Amino acid sequence: MKKFFSLLLVLLLAFALVGCGSKGNEPADDQTGGDEPQTLHLGFVTDVGGIDDKSFNQTTYEGLLKFQSENENVEVKYLQSNNDADYIPNLSSFCDEKADLLVAAGFLFDGAMSEVLTTYPDQKALIIDVDWLDASAFPNLRQVAFAVEQGTYLAGIAAGMKAVENGSKHVGMVIGNESASMDPFFAGFQQGVWSVDPEIIIDYDNAMSFNEPEKGSTLAEKQFNNGATVIFACAGSTGNGVIANAVERCKNGQEVWVVGVDTDQYSYGVYDDAGHSCILTSAMKRVDVAAYDAAKDVAAGTFTGGVKLYTLSDRGVSLPEENPNLTEDVLAAVEAATNDVVNGVIEVSKTAVYGDTDARVVGFYSSATE
Amino acid sequence: MKKHNPVLISLIAVFLGLLIACIVLAVSGLNPANLFIALIRSLSGFYLLKPEQGINISYPLNWLLNSLPIILTGCSVGFAYRTGMFNIGGEGQFLVGGLAAATVATLVKLPPVVHVIVCVLAAGIAGALWGFLPGFLKATRNINEVVICVMLNYTALYLNQWAIKAFLPIDLNTKAKTTLFPDSATFFPLNFGSTSQFHWGFVIVIAALLVYWFIMEKTTFGYSLRATGLNKEGARYAGMKTKFNCTASMMIAGAFSGLAGAIVTIGVFKYGRIATAFDGYGFDGISVALVGSGRAVGILLAGLLFGLLKAAGTTFQMLGIPKEVASIIQACVLIFVAIQHGIKMLLDFLSKRKEKKLDGSHSS
Repeated sequence: MKKFFSLLLVLLLAFALVGCGSKGNEPADDQTGGDEPQTLHLGFVTDVGGIDDKSFNQTTYEGLLKFQSENENVEVKYLQSNNDADYIPNLSSFCDEKADLLVAAGFLFDGAMSEVLTTYPDQKALIIDVDWLDASAFPNLRQVAFAVEQGTYLAGIAAGMKAVENGSKHVGMVIGNESASMDPFFAGFQQGVWSVDPEIIIDYDNAMSFNEPEKGSTLAEKQFNNGATVIFACAGSTGNGVIANAVERCKNGQEVWVVGVDTDQYSYGVYDDAGHSCILTSAMKRVDVAAYDAAKDVAAGTFTGGVKLYTLSDRGVSLPEENPNLTEDVLAAVEAATNDVVNGVIEVSKTAVYGDTDARVVGFYSSATE
Repeated sequence: MKKHNPVLISLIAVFLGLLIACIVLAVSGLNPANLFIALIRSLSGFYLLKPEQGINISYPLNWLLNSLPIILTGCSVGFAYRTGMFNIGGEGQFLVGGLAAATVATLVKLPPVVHVIVCVLAAGIAGALWGFLPGFLKATRNINEVVICVMLNYTALYLNQWAIKAFLPIDLNTKAKTTLFPDSATFFPLNFGSTSQFHWGFVIVIAALLVYWFIMEKTTFGYSLRATGLNKEGARYAGMKTKFNCTASMMIAGAFSGLAGAIVTIGVFKYGRIATAFDGYGFDGISVALVGSGRAVGILLAGLLFGLLKAAGTTFQMLGIPKEVASIIQACVLIFVAIQHGIKMLLDFLSKRKEKKLDGSHSS
């Protein structure tokens, strides 16, 4: 029995030693790299979604990777959280590593970030979708918010014009969950739709989940059957189910459209060999730009804390550069609306309307949002 | 077959689990040494790659912090298991426990200490109620408790989403959680100035383990529970109240998981969370209870082991090891414990060969 144990121990040790011998230098290299001033360490903490969620975690990560690819001596590391209990350990782990910039994507990090920065006040940090932390208490924290309602306003115009063109006067929206940061998505969209024709009905459903594509598909099925011809899929990977449902319908010769969110989702909606896509356009929220800008500012030594708002004027929110599915007159209307918003002629409200007297919003919404 | 020490078998299982993780890492071209560097960091706070940083107390504290809830859910699963039932409803009981604690924390005004105690009690009661139905239906209608438990898990998830939005004060900045709990309703932190969120809730975990041990091993009630688990019909024939035992056991099991919900909600989150998915605390409890062979000491040690693997996840990722490796180790340990019959056979084989050798040397 002793022999058996010693065999196990020897095997374990052997592995450990072989590891040390062959590749033990690798982390040591990082070490010496850390001492050189020019290596920039970027630490990114994701929430449950992880860096391949096809949504804001991934987009933020891509922004950091883009900066890495354009500059030498940049190291990007990420830590994925299993749930809210991991936020503080993960954030402080990067502080222990003396990362040059700590990045957290999502408003769920607000409490964790402020606790960690209380212990590590010198840590430069970026938090996305948060603008309510005390800027004077955390001078090294950049809080980034997006005027998403401006972007979804443009998407709403495109969707509304498409619905009118189809003669249905009926659009849909699938939202991942209702929260303060999701509300403006719907607000901008409905204002855009109703600026085209105030009588358009909006089918609205709360999927209460950002990661269940099958739920998105079910809700899309319902809304398309109700008569909607354009659905705004605003629900992370739940939205991918909406797109999948639309792709199926397009393959069967039906004409339905989906408005994408966060990134240019045109390629997700391709349904034939010719490359046609059911994605009408996408309401982009450029978290990658925010992450890229922060990394660039840290590298240049110009990083500042405080709240930074990205809007249509700095292309922090926008429609994609290329919109193959939008006709000339729609593009012209979008262009005109962009100018009006940028010049302040039109002010897009952040607050969405749910149960109005005309019952233009149909579907399920929870009382907490009102 | 000889009787073997269960601790020895668990240790062998842990060794084999680590060994397989090393092989997996080596095969995928990663450095197995980093695995041990990460584990040592979480155990001691000492980071071998950066010895100049000295000892950072937050890492061992996070290890203990990660162990607390899964020791409780381990007690939960173990308690039902010893009575012959499988409590897979730990997730649901955890969620309603957390919900009850959040409700008391936000809606009731009480002085410090008392407030925490009431939160914890409410969570225990809520968990017990959630355990009542599967236990009762099993006892009276012989309905499989696993099916009921799984269904109640989802019920708890959606109840949590609805109840928090409908009744509790919502944080207006995010609208995705409740407002922060008042200080009176949270455990005092015990973090020695580090960022760890370790708190005095560990006292509850120790108390729960003592209660578990006392009821199971030292009381007549515990004896009849164990008898019910070993042979339900036999126990009934001997005049034990097996129906009552089934229901009571599931309720106590539920209470343990409910406590876990309270420990995490008022100790770590400090806000009521609108849960969108299961966290896995209840499922981790299954591993903990099985590896700990349903005994209080075993559950404590297994909980500390799996807590260590969870806590080391951060350093794993930092060193380029996918955090799923922690899951691989956990799964391997569980498999080796589950096939402990095989390990026993191996031990028998080894000791027999030794005896033979001794015999051989005598005769020659």
